[in-house]
Amino acid sequence: MSRSIDSDSSVFRNIDWITVIIYLLLVTAGAISIYAASYDFDNASIFDFSEFSGKQLRWIGLSLIIGFVILLTDYRIYEAYAYPIYGVVILVLIATVFLSPNIKGSHSWLVFGPVSLQPAEFGKFATSLALAKLFASYNFNLNAKPSNYFRALILIFLPVCIILCQKETGSALVYLSLVFVLYREGMSGFVLSAMFLAVLFFVLAVKFMDPFVMGLSLGEFSVLTLICVIYCLLLIFYCRDFIIARNVTIGMLASGFIALILEFCGVHVNGLIFFLSVLGASVLYTAVAMLRHHIRNFVISIGFVLVSVGFLFSVNYVFDKILQPHQQTRILVLLGIEEDLRGVGYNVNQSKIAIGSGGIEGKGFLNGTQTKLKYVPEQHTDFIFCTIGEEQGFIGSSLVLIAFLVLILRLIVIAERQKSTFSRVYCYCVLSILIFHVCINVGMVIGLCPVIGIPLPFFSYGGSSLWGFTILLFILLRLDAARKEIRD
Amino acid sequence: MRKNYQLAKRRFVIGGFITLVVIIYLWRLFSLQVADETYKQNAESNAFLKKTIYPARGLIYDREGRLLVFNQPAYDIMLIPKDVHDIDTVAFCDLLGITPNQYKELWADMKNPRKNPGYSSYTPQKLLSHISFEDYGKLQEKLYMFPGFYIQTRTVRKYNYPSGANILGNIREVSAEDVKRDQYYRRGDYTGDLGVEKSYEEALRGKKGMEILMRDALGRIKGKYENGANDVAPESGNNLTLAIDMELQAYGEQLMQNKIGAIVAIEPSTGEILALVTAPNYDPSLLVGKERGKNYANLVLDPLKPLYDRSIQGAYPPGSTFKPTQGLIFLQEGVITEATAFPCYHGYINGIRVGCHGHGSPLPLKPALQTSCNGYFCWGFKNMIDKKGTTPSEQLGKWKDYLVDMGYGYRLGVDLPHESRGFIPNSEFYSKSFRGPKWSANSIISVSIGQGEVLATPLQIANLCATIANRGYFYTPHVVKEIADSAIDAKYKEKRGPNVDKKYYESIAEGMRMAVTGGTCRLANLPGIEVCGKTGTAQNPHGKDHSVFMGFAPYHDPKIAVAVYVENAGFGATYGVPIGSLIMEKYLKGEISPERQYIEERMLASNTIINSGVKKH
Repeated sequence: MSRSIDSDSSVFRNIDWITVIIYLLLVTAGAISIYAASYDFDNASIFDFSEFSGKQLRWIGLSLIIGFVILLTDYRIYEAYAYPIYGVVILVLIATVFLSPNIKGSHSWLVFGPVSLQPAEFGKFATSLALAKLFASYNFNLNAKPSNYFRALILIFLPVCIILCQKETGSALVYLSLVFVLYREGMSGFVLSAMFLAVLFFVLAVKFMDPFVMGLSLGEFSVLTLICVIYCLLLIFYCRDFIIARNVTIGMLASGFIALILEFCGVHVNGLIFFLSVLGASVLYTAVAMLRHHIRNFVISIGFVLVSVGFLFSVNYVFDKILQPHQQTRILVLLGIEEDLRGVGYNVNQSKIAIGSGGIEGKGFLNGTQTKLKYVPEQHTDFIFCTIGEEQGFIGSSLVLIAFLVLILRLIVIAERQKSTFSRVYCYCVLSILIFHVCINVGMVIGLCPVIGIPLPFFSYGGSSLWGFTILLFILLRLDAARKEIRD
Repeated sequence: MRKNYQLAKRRFVIGGFITLVVIIYLWRLFSLQVADETYKQNAESNAFLKKTIYPARGLIYDREGRLLVFNQPAYDIMLIPKDVHDIDTVAFCDLLGITPNQYKELWADMKNPRKNPGYSSYTPQKLLSHISFEDYGKLQEKLYMFPGFYIQTRTVRKYNYPSGANILGNIREVSAEDVKRDQYYRRGDYTGDLGVEKSYEEALRGKKGMEILMRDALGRIKGKYENGANDVAPESGNNLTLAIDMELQAYGEQLMQNKIGAIVAIEPSTGEILALVTAPNYDPSLLVGKERGKNYANLVLDPLKPLYDRSIQGAYPPGSTFKPTQGLIFLQEGVITEATAFPCYHGYINGIRVGCHGHGSPLPLKPALQTSCNGYFCWGFKNMIDKKGTTPSEQLGKWKDYLVDMGYGYRLGVDLPHESRGFIPNSEFYSKSFRGPKWSANSIISVSIGQGEVLATPLQIANLCATIANRGYFYTPHVVKEIADSAIDAKYKEKRGPNVDKKYYESIAEGMRMAVTGGTCRLANLPGIEVCGKTGTAQNPHGKDHSVFMGFAPYHDPKIAVAVYVENAGFGATYGVPIGSLIMEKYLKGEISPERQYIEERMLASNTIINSGVKKH
């Protein structure tokens, strides 16, 4: 394939128009939402540049130019200059810590006259490029040696640490989403599952602390039951020793049945002792079988049980004894156990009221009373989803969510059709960052996630965020447009 | 590098993860937006300011259709503190005629959380209430100079006559208790205080309207919700037509000037109160506007207690006006007949002595009424209470029941607040005060002539008179004749009265007629009108006797029954009779005949407050 023929036209012939269209739809919807969110009944024009919506239109215009310019560049510069770009951005991030004025306690802004930029937003594409470059380096295999993990984690955690110094916890946490990339590129699924289960167990144990059955809380009971179930599943699908799996499963079911009958007859079984003995017996049985047959796979399963039970007990200990009261409160409010309508919970409660009052069809464009009347703080930035929920109702907010889902799934398709590791890893970086932003932002607005101040991509007001996501996405489109030319 | 197909499968895990999360979020959105109504209600109370539109309060007319009470605009100076900046304070103070220090105090009061708990610098606050129309005019012109200020119009009461304050009452701002008691009220609302303004509050106040405004998180108003589609228009209060004849009322108040006491005039055929005078009284206009607080305090502190409505709240010994009730009871009980005569040798002398004045003896009932003979009624009472074959307790019980049916001892039920019930003792009362049942007629003989423990309000006395005029029944006295678009309470349309034969009433009326033609009430003998009357001279522990009179006219077709009670004014004939007769003459003829004008002049010129022992500071 010749690269010398008109590369411009090939870019526009090969560009993924589905992604471009979704991008344009989201950006347009974002501009309208910002207009609605900052509409002040004094009825300013949408083109008034002093208003948020006017400014945002200017940002959008510049974004389109940036995107267009990126499409016109040579795709090879991204791989070639990945590390230099990363280095420059890291330096800018460091400089920002010292140069930024204090804006609401955050030191993340670089002010150039009337324009303020948040370098952390640009760190995302730089880090993605650098990570892609690392994975694309000759003969790189993540699992070959531990130092490869180390190098990848260094690339990720360097910006995280600097951004934490800028007191922008939310932006720093975004980089954790790159764990998806590591997973895709060979990191063991157990690490991901372990992270997921740890969060699940923690939430269950802390959220459901009321006594339930057999002297256990609902949280403890469900976590212990989950451990039993997952243990059986591990034996079946991971160890593939069906005889042991069958015996353990039957044993657990039988003892559970006996406990149920005893409970029914009025004999109180101590739940903790019950579960520990059932799990202990299973583990002992499996261990003996394992030693007999010299199968190493069982170590993981047994390890899972021991670590999980240990984790469960440490959660209660850590929560009660180690966490400070205000940290406990934050977690409890987040999990919906405590109501704190004026403090930590104010934003979440008001945003739930705004969204909940939207109904199925919403109150109509510019008719939202909660967001218009400024009950929801940060409504044009982090809580922009409220305006959509209130004015466009269930239909509108579902459509936005589904649009994001389609975009992310489309990016997965794009990522998997890349022939070069660099392009693929970069694509996964972009979609991981998008997943994190959408999940956390929407989750926080509807009260399912902690209030971590990160913007909703393409919607939230702000040039840095919009530019950051535009650059991320358009480099991806540029690489994808050249997928037929790039080979490892 | 070759593609690792094992690892490529992991895209399904990542894609599945985000799909699962989006499904969970959609479910959450559904439960918030569609399944749960509470958020919509929260949103309403958050964002909507339901602003009250006050209805016009009902007007009050008298029985002749004269407008007594109406509404006039009052002007409050309001401001939104946040919007007030860089104003010329001196110019502002000059306009209102206040000093800069007063201006500072007004601001301090407004911001004081104890005086104004709802203070917010974003919402309208009241700086000064009830400025005059002139000040309003001046300020309105210059308002552009004072950003953040505006003028709020409210209505206050305006009175066409300086009379009848005790009947009309006034309006005041609601108290915290009012707000707690009645859902209708909000802080700063007006409610009726005293008089019909209080007792007919619910008819007069109307229904508030509501304007739904949108309010932001800082409480700032952002316009009407849906352009007022959901607003509710206010409903004006109902107008009242009083039974009062305002000219008669004013005349009565004039006659009672420099006196303490009350006049009650009732139309016997309906129970409508024609005049309800208490003295001393006050101009109802005093309790309007920014001077209200000060004036109210002065009235409360006045030792003559002008706020105390003696006509319905004063419980006095009825004196000899009580004697007709005794005659009626004795006749009905068969203790006496019309022909029964009792001796009176300057009083009732039977172990104890109750004095009387000079007249013939022995006397039957009618002359006894005519001359107001104490001895006659003492003997009658003794014969009733000490009747053989029964006990004084039982007999007193009967006696009391008659009186209660005549309207004594309990509140009559007039449509004004704070009516007193008077007092009629029962046998338990005496058994208690005599420490046992060992009492007899003689122990309590003075109640038979309206002294002792018996107490009655002037209204109850007038009501007795109306009952005699009707020959045996009465309607509960009331001051409101009609409520526009509504009916007055059915109880004012029901006949009441004791179980006493009409013919006995006829005898009593005849006795009262005789008292006017040739007895104690000769001054009430109006030319061309047959007046019936009964005087009373009530002894009391506060000094000189109270002068009491009750009478009705004309004898055969009574149009007016009147009771007059003048404290510490001596004989009933000296003040009670002239005032009562003037009231009847004024009402029935419209004017005082020339030959009687000397009486009017004497009454207007007289002063009995000096006898009361009350010293004005």
